[in-house]
Amino acid sequence: MGLLSDPNRRRALISLLTRLNTPICLVCYMAGVAWFMGLAFEPFTLRTYMSENAMGSTMVEERFPAGERALATGREFAAHKKKVGGMPVDWLVKTMQARGLEVFTQSFSRTLPFPDENKERYMVKGTNVYGILRAPRAPRTEALVLSAPCSPGDNNQAVGLLLGLAQYFRNQIYWAKDIIFLVNEHDLIGMQAWLEGYHHTNTTGMDWSPLQGRGGSIQAALSLELSSDVITSLDLVLEGLNGQLPNLDLANLFYAFCQKIGVLCTIQGKLQRNDWDSVSGYSHAVQTMMLMVMKQASGRPWGDHGLFLRYHIEAATIKGINSFRQYKTDATTIGRLLEGMYRKLNNLLERLHQSYFFYLMPSLSHFVSIGYYMPAFGLLTVILLLRALDLWVQLTHIFTGRYLSIYSACIGNSPLLIKYVSSQQSSPGVLSVLTPLVISHLTGVALYTLPIRFQEMAVEHFPVSETEAVVLTAIAVYTAGLALPHNTHRFLSGEGTEQGWRVLKLVAVLYLAVLLGCTALINFSLGFILALTLVPVAAFVTPHIPKVLSAFILVILSPACTLLFSVFFFQELQEMPVSFQDGWLLYLSVISQGILDHFLYGSLVYPLIALLVYPCWLLFWNILFWK
Amino acid sequence: MLKLSLVTCCFVLSVVIEGLALLDLGVSPYSGDVFHETPLIIYLFHFVVDYAEITFMLADVITAVALYLAVKDYNKQVFRKQKFALEADRYPLDCLELIRSPKEMYYIPLKVAMFYLLNPFTILSCVAKSTCGLNNAVIALFILSTIKGNVLLSAIFLSLATYQSIYPLTLCAPALLYLMQRQYIPVNFRRASFWWFIVQYAFMYLGSLFVIICLSFFLLGSWDYLPSVYGFILSVPDLTPNIGLFWYFFAEMFEHFRLFFLCVFQINVFFYTIPLSIKLKEHPVFLIFMQLAVISIFKSYPTVGDIALYLAFLPVWSHLHRFLRNIFLVSCVLLACSALFPVLWHLWIYAGSANSNFYYAITLLFNVAQILLVSDYFYAFLRREHHLTYGLYLKRKDGSEATLVLK
Repeated sequence: MGLLSDPNRRRALISLLTRLNTPICLVCYMAGVAWFMGLAFEPFTLRTYMSENAMGSTMVEERFPAGERALATGREFAAHKKKVGGMPVDWLVKTMQARGLEVFTQSFSRTLPFPDENKERYMVKGTNVYGILRAPRAPRTEALVLSAPCSPGDNNQAVGLLLGLAQYFRNQIYWAKDIIFLVNEHDLIGMQAWLEGYHHTNTTGMDWSPLQGRGGSIQAALSLELSSDVITSLDLVLEGLNGQLPNLDLANLFYAFCQKIGVLCTIQGKLQRNDWDSVSGYSHAVQTMMLMVMKQASGRPWGDHGLFLRYHIEAATIKGINSFRQYKTDATTIGRLLEGMYRKLNNLLERLHQSYFFYLMPSLSHFVSIGYYMPAFGLLTVILLLRALDLWVQLTHIFTGRYLSIYSACIGNSPLLIKYVSSQQSSPGVLSVLTPLVISHLTGVALYTLPIRFQEMAVEHFPVSETEAVVLTAIAVYTAGLALPHNTHRFLSGEGTEQGWRVLKLVAVLYLAVLLGCTALINFSLGFILALTLVPVAAFVTPHIPKVLSAFILVILSPACTLLFSVFFFQELQEMPVSFQDGWLLYLSVISQGILDHFLYGSLVYPLIALLVYPCWLLFWNILFWK
Repeated sequence: MLKLSLVTCCFVLSVVIEGLALLDLGVSPYSGDVFHETPLIIYLFHFVVDYAEITFMLADVITAVALYLAVKDYNKQVFRKQKFALEADRYPLDCLELIRSPKEMYYIPLKVAMFYLLNPFTILSCVAKSTCGLNNAVIALFILSTIKGNVLLSAIFLSLATYQSIYPLTLCAPALLYLMQRQYIPVNFRRASFWWFIVQYAFMYLGSLFVIICLSFFLLGSWDYLPSVYGFILSVPDLTPNIGLFWYFFAEMFEHFRLFFLCVFQINVFFYTIPLSIKLKEHPVFLIFMQLAVISIFKSYPTVGDIALYLAFLPVWSHLHRFLRNIFLVSCVLLACSALFPVLWHLWIYAGSANSNFYYAITLLFNVAQILLVSDYFYAFLRREHHLTYGLYLKRKDGSEATLVLK
């Protein structure tokens, strides 16, 4: 407390911080970036380990024998799917019933706010089929889920394997949790309908028929995607809605069984390498981690498991990948792997909670926990706080400086005069700060509401499709917001003062710090990427820097351009670079997907950007054009 | 659901309605473990339950108006006192810039009312229909009647506030000091007039408290409510997370230490009354502000509404701004914490990825910031008084400029 109460030490510290403000900020920024890049360096990361006792010490034997038969079922399913031209509900119900499950169906329908051009759907109608294997050994209060999406393309092997596993599991006596085998149509929309039905919630206004049969509370879920008879490796997908991740123990479990059974396993489609001390090994780890960061920042579910996480259910997607490698794995082995995982999950005594929920993975065997990656973000936010402190000190100096000058001028004069002079000074009006705040937030509200509201009107007047109309309206509103500062000033009859922009910047900087802090807690990757681009803007912008150049930099670092760069960067990371033309189209589709994700599943990224981050950026834009 | 974490879930309208329903069925509302409101609140809502929203809004408006009038009156007195002191040349010459002008004081009452009504905390607690709004109205009326110098009304409202939640009991010290100051009774333990006034006030206070308690007894026909309301406040059996300090400690604590720490925690609220009233006996209104803050920090089930009440007083002390030392740090922390509360609550309760430690860390930080805020204002107030007696630009004995150090 000495620091807070001793005025001399405080003064020394504050003068140090204000004098060296710019160098400290630069050092912090570089240290933050360096720290983040260092996270992928293997000696700095932790090896994954199983924290959950119930899943650790007990060994299970995997005996699933019927891979070939499962593939045959998958082919049968494919044939029926082709015949019906969609989900073969009757066949699935019959087959599941023949395997001794309690079978139920759920129908759902949903009209999207605008057509989804990626998946070519607008009015979606479908049916989920699920069978419950009742636990023979326990009072059916808990359940596990195994799901396979029935997509128009290939996922037949997954459904076949699911049915094969159901048949095999039915004959085992050790199940202490209900196991629900779910085949969902229209991937995430079906999953959303099923989960809402299961938990009696309706958050997105979808129509679905209530579930006729339920199991206990779901403890864990796996979603299976297989599209070939043999695979070379299994890929684990963890990123869920809003960047939420399942408990790390689920990933550990998958990794442990892959090691035991001898299946190649990847994360973000990247194999693990042992040469961490070489440059290429390190860059491989960085690539893997950056892919995870980009996927998490997008806030969208990257597999059908993504919606489970919202309901406290630990879930992951397992994807079979068939590439040109020599070493092939057949369906029996994958079945054995899943059997092992389910038997371990069956042993759980409480929800998975022992291990981490906040982590990044530079490889499947190593992870970075929240305690290691938060400092990188913290170093970036410290810049904002330092700038705010600097502004505060400047503002107080202006005020006390005035006091002193008045005092020295008035010594010896009558107190009345002093009173008169001191009543003349006033702090910058609340109005000059409040107006930009309100106006930029109204622009944000416009960005959030107008694209959906005006799509019909746009389609009538311009030769574009609905989806294009939505995206282009969003971009138009976004760009129109850039014209605001000039117009608000005209409106305010140019009363901007020297302190006015300082106060506004102080407010904006603190606002950004709180906003980024909250974002980073919910979705670290999004918060970090936004901090990476917005913090420099917040730090350097003043009305006195060259207008054209800094306006250009400001636009480059604005949220929309960040998204554009992220699209290219993501393609680069995936080793699928695109030309600018394709990149632009991809960018447009990413925006439309983001808006759709919000309206379909309640993803928070679009409202966050539109309602909070963009207005905050507009404040800095406003400061640049302060008159 | 979020609002329930910020506004202690035992004191909201839905619980009162539950109590009403039980009462209508002929069951004592206190027989369950949910209802812990006082009987008068039930009977109030017995009549106005259909207009509950309007009642809560009205309570907030009453609070704001009462604070407006009270602060207006107080400012008038401050100005009068300052004028007398100036005429008597009691202030050192270089302190003239510390003197408050009527122009800057003119808008203070309005600012106080607006600070209360537009405070997000007030709005939250009103939207959540927390009965804290009603308690705030009673306390505001108490402050108004005290400042207006009405001894009887002051005692009645104080007893009402005490009846609602025990803690406002500590406000009797500033009330006594203020009323004595107003009636020119010196605070002197040897004077008979001093003791006579205390006896008078205590008689009115205890008498009205007795009447209210008996009234509650006759309304319900049993003494059930005493353990259920006051036992609930004092022994803290409900550990639902809120913005206070109690729930986490007592959830973690071994049972055989519970009583000891309960005493330690509860004494906090009452203990500060003595040193504060000795130090601030000349400034009872500032003492009221300090007491309100201490209550809202250390009470067993604090809500954001309590914080809103004492924050409303900040404009009254706007002349202290030049002496505040940590206001920037503290307001940043308060701001960040207010934003982080809902986020961490979401992560803990809904997403399930964070745990109670995250939320409690923020609660702790929030309370530390509040304590710093209050102590900063306390320091600034004392320092201004010091300057008013000894001059603004203090010199050391050797003539160099001196600095004040708090140790």
